[in-house]
Amino acid sequence: MARALINVPKTAKVGDIIEIKTLVSHPMETGYRVGLGGEMLPRDIIETFVCTYNGAEVFRTEFSPAVAANPYLSFHTMATETGVLEFRWEGDNNFLLVETASITVE
Amino acid sequence: MKQSETSLTRRAALTGAAASGAGLLVLRSSEPASATPEAMRAVLRTITGDAPVRKGRVQLDLPPLVENGNTVPMTVTVDSPMTARDHVTAIHVLNERNPQPYIVTVHLDHRAGKASFSTRIKLGDTQRVIGVAKMSDGSFWIGEQEVIVTIAACLETF
Repeated sequence: MARALINVPKTAKVGDIIEIKTLVSHPMETGYRVGLGGEMLPRDIIETFVCTYNGAEVFRTEFSPAVAANPYLSFHTMATETGVLEFRWEGDNNFLLVETASITVE
Repeated sequence: MKQSETSLTRRAALTGAAASGAGLLVLRSSEPASATPEAMRAVLRTITGDAPVRKGRVQLDLPPLVENGNTVPMTVTVDSPMTARDHVTAIHVLNERNPQPYIVTVHLDHRAGKASFSTRIKLGDTQRVIGVAKMSDGSFWIGEQEVIVTIAACLETF
């Protein structure tokens, strides 16, 4: 159901600082809003995002309800070796989404 | 002739009323209202502990005037060489007028190469957003940005 868009350069040179962009489809319901029937809408957010590069963690975030719906993130890492980047989002109501992207480093 | 005169004065009166209304709105949103600025300071203390916090090195790029508080683009950049000996280990972004003081926290190390990230946030009111960076030597640096919000996020709660 949930879908993610990931933008990672396909190739890079050793030592290059690459920019990674991710966008994930999620309502990020704050838990502070009132629904049409006057009831409080329960919180439903992504709590953590972790990016690993060939198994080593390179970037981690903790989200709060103050992150906009469909969280967008852009961050950097240094290209060190050819391999796989793994992106993992976890949140309320057992939300779990794992995506991967490959990079060739020359 | 007479009619157009009256409509002119009516228009003038309406414009005046609208202007004063806008003035009132700005006044209302800039006066200290809730305890949330204190909550933000409390969170800041739990992050930094007793370590000194210095101003600078953290730059928050947020639009100064936001029309829609539901999606506010934000870029945080920390001035750091990002070497194994001297790098940023964490960046916390906090607010003082949302229902709760946290926005986002990122953890990184020298492998990032560049201490900068972008995301989109929600802002419930005109307020100050602060960024706190923790360096590998244990020091803390702080940067802030004032944002004017015309349509707040989660309006139902305000």
